[in-house]
Amino acid sequence: MDTLMLSRLQFAANIAFHILFPTINIALCWFLLYFRLRHGAAKGTAAARHWEEAYYLWTKVFALSFALGVVSGITMSFQFGTNWPGYMERVGNIAGPLLGYEVLTAFFLEATFLGIMLFGRGRVSERVHLLATLMVALGTTLSAFWILSLNSWMQTPAGFEVVDGRYHARDWLAILFNPSFPYRLAHKLLASALTASFLVAGLSAWQLLRGTDNGGSRLALRTGVVGAAIAIPLQIVAGDMHGLNTLQHQPAKIAAIEAIWQTEKAAPLTLVGWPDEAARRTHFALQVPGLASLILAHDPDAELQGLNEFPDAHPPVAPVFWGFRIMVGMGLLMLAVAWWSAWTLWRGRREISAGRLALSRTQLRLLAAMTFAGWIATLAGWIVTEVGRQPFLVYGQLRTAELVARHPPGMVLSTLIAYLATYVFLLAAYVLVLMYMAEHPAMPTAQTPQSPKAAEPVGGPA
Amino acid sequence: MNLDWPTVLPLIFMGVMGLALLAYVVLDGYDLGVGLLLSFADDEEKDLMVSSIGPFWDANETWLVLGIGVLLIAFPRAHGLVLSALYLPVAVMLLGLILRGVSFDFRVKARAARKAMWNRLFAFGSLAAAAAQGWMLGSYLTVFDDTLLAHLFALLIAVTLPTSYAMLGAGWLIMKTEGALRDKAVRWARIVLWPMGAALVAISLATPLVSPNVFEKWFALPQFIGLLPIPVACAAAFFAIFLATGRPQVVQAGYGWVVFVSTVLVFVLSFLGLAYSIYPYIVIDRLTVWQAASAHESLVVIFVGVAITLPAIVLYTVYMYRVFWGKAGALSYMPEE
Ligand code: HDD
Ligand code: HEM
Ligand code: HEM
Repeated sequence: MDTLMLSRLQFAANIAFHILFPTINIALCWFLLYFRLRHGAAKGTAAARHWEEAYYLWTKVFALSFALGVVSGITMSFQFGTNWPGYMERVGNIAGPLLGYEVLTAFFLEATFLGIMLFGRGRVSERVHLLATLMVALGTTLSAFWILSLNSWMQTPAGFEVVDGRYHARDWLAILFNPSFPYRLAHKLLASALTASFLVAGLSAWQLLRGTDNGGSRLALRTGVVGAAIAIPLQIVAGDMHGLNTLQHQPAKIAAIEAIWQTEKAAPLTLVGWPDEAARRTHFALQVPGLASLILAHDPDAELQGLNEFPDAHPPVAPVFWGFRIMVGMGLLMLAVAWWSAWTLWRGRREISAGRLALSRTQLRLLAAMTFAGWIATLAGWIVTEVGRQPFLVYGQLRTAELVARHPPGMVLSTLIAYLATYVFLLAAYVLVLMYMAEHPAMPTAQTPQSPKAAEPVGGPA
Repeated sequence: MNLDWPTVLPLIFMGVMGLALLAYVVLDGYDLGVGLLLSFADDEEKDLMVSSIGPFWDANETWLVLGIGVLLIAFPRAHGLVLSALYLPVAVMLLGLILRGVSFDFRVKARAARKAMWNRLFAFGSLAAAAAQGWMLGSYLTVFDDTLLAHLFALLIAVTLPTSYAMLGAGWLIMKTEGALRDKAVRWARIVLWPMGAALVAISLATPLVSPNVFEKWFALPQFIGLLPIPVACAAAFFAIFLATGRPQVVQAGYGWVVFVSTVLVFVLSFLGLAYSIYPYIVIDRLTVWQAASAHESLVVIFVGVAITLPAIVLYTVYMYRVFWGKAGALSYMPEE
């Protein structure tokens, strides 16, 4: 493989690993804030201790995910220089300030207040502690705002002018709020809400199945299910609008998503099939006539541009095609599971106040199986977005191949292998430790999670 | 020199970058140092050592992101040049920082049987990151020269720089702990004192030898006399550490902070010396601050952000240190009842 391909794989591996944790944290922090507020509101009742238990377990998960997000994010900030020096040289005038504002307004905020949020409860007043939690939540969300603005600008560049091959900013508002940004931000924040909701619901369901639950597990489970049930329809609407926006700005990406090889009127929607780029057709295609035109142009007879219109400037079809189907498939699955569970909870609300669970074991198993569904959909979505932008780095402007650092391939290969080995190891450790924590949800009182001695179990069997 | 905005802004950013990297080296220096020393403590001490840096390490690392961020934002050309020349040491540093940052959390959340493994990864990651940073500094000072001598020099700094982090770490522990662990920290400081001195002398001598320009700047009169306070103060700080770690009564009398503060002073002075040597280059003798700078309008946009947020960052950082002031105790996600 050549240096270009290796560098791309390395970048994709790093960011794919990185995004897993921000995706959880952006929303999980708001969940924690919610648990704290409910705990405060329930003061004096039995529920207070249960909200506290939920807060305790999910703070542990948050701390761990945050650590993984930080260290992989630091890797990201070096990647541009080590592998894509041409990128910063050409668009640094625009990308630089956006990244800079992320560091200045978001990273310091979250990293500094995290210390107080995690370890400061005995040292500051309740109000200050709540404020610190809010700062961390705001920080992670702001961070998503800036980085997504940059990513969107690379997808739909606006507000710039080119002088001697370098990109200069002409209108910062147009850069910041470039045409695809609002859609991408909304879609990503919802993705984050879904990922966290399914994680919270799934892990709590796992606790109930294993009999290692405490009072907090049920509250967390209900919060997760309700969160997911609210977010998923919004996500589907946001995704549809995002698709329409993409059709307007990146028709080649849509042609690849739908595997439309030739421009045609009343284009059919291909549900599944096997896109074959060499033969320029889709084998074994299962199609619904006219549906693609209907969804994308809201008119069954509309004409859609095919890949033939973009010779040498369209993305590889198969990853985009499959990525999209995995994401949408996950979204539909989420809709089914979240609404079924939410409906059961709603109907069983009297049982619940009598202390029963209302959800069946089948439903618990389903939720547990969906614990990491958000990750799968998110990664698939990013593959659609990012691979779909190829062969450009800045859409329609700069090609990926122009900007790569010319290192010897062997050197890039060696670091790629080192990163991959580390990531596989850490991912396995993360999932195992999550399961371990779910099975040992004891809430220590005097002893501490940072302490070597066993905790005193108060919230159910340790 | 014409003192208009387009000339001054790049200099300001050079200053911001320098300060961010200095803050990084001092702040992450002490927590990397604690990591380096971890293997020499017993199990209970390990927990206390990690607790002492628990609330801080994440914010400390963010200074590195800011330093590299400013390099990338304000000096994109230098950013590409420096980072692609340092490709391998950067990767080693990043892998080290990854292992270290996650071990910190995993060690108390994974099952007990795995704790020893995470402790080892924590120490190993700290060492890898510190040594890689030493290598990067050495390689930067010899302008990425591809000769045997230059590599040997980089190797020398890679081996010795960790000792100065260990000194910071030991100084931190002397302030934040008591009893047997504090006594151990004093001993550790004593052991790393001389290797740290050797590293500093090597770094100071290398720059003038590599670049005749730098030699000129230091060893011509009258500058030399004006600059004399830097090495003299460095030697005084060094001597203060020597005294404080040699006499148990000094630490017992509550002057343990002398070790940490003197080490920080040594770092600050070395930094000033280095800045003086390098100015106005960002890559010695190759690229000046102005040649590397990005477009003026972009610098203005980010300058506004820096001017507003940096003071706020300093304020809430100070606040956080006040919240966790005093001797380290066990860390808890819960209020102590
Ligand atoms: C949509 C969300 C999102 C995306 C696409 C990215 N990040 Fe990120 N990043 C976050 C959302 C985030 C976050 C939620 O804000 C994190 C996670 C944990 C944290 O500290 O903040 C974070 C952490 C984080 C950190 C560590 C901050 C710290 O020390 O506290 C760095 C340096 C980066 N990121 C850099 C990047 C770069 C260079 C990216 C892309 C090229 C990138 N991130 C993509
Ligand atoms: C989690 C989110 C992301 C994922 C999973 C992701 C995935 C990918 C993938 C798979 C590639 C390789 C494309 C290919 O080889 O065809 C890529 C490339 C790239 N992406 Fe992303 N991306 C994400 C977010 C971002 C963001 C937020 C930015 C901008 C700041 C970004 C900037 C880039 C750049 C610079 C490349 C260059 C390398 C290349 O195009 O091959 N990506 N990304
Ligand atoms: C079933 C409904 C969904 C539809 C119709 C949909 C639609 C889309 C479309 C068209 C894109 C590509 C945008 C582009 O070309 O730039 C996209 C990207 C993405 N999707 Fe979805 N999506 C759906 C569900 C989900 C779900 C459930 C998740 C995660 C929980 C998710 C996460 C993502 C992410 C992270 C991206 C990349 C964001 C970006 O474009 O920058 N999507 N989605």
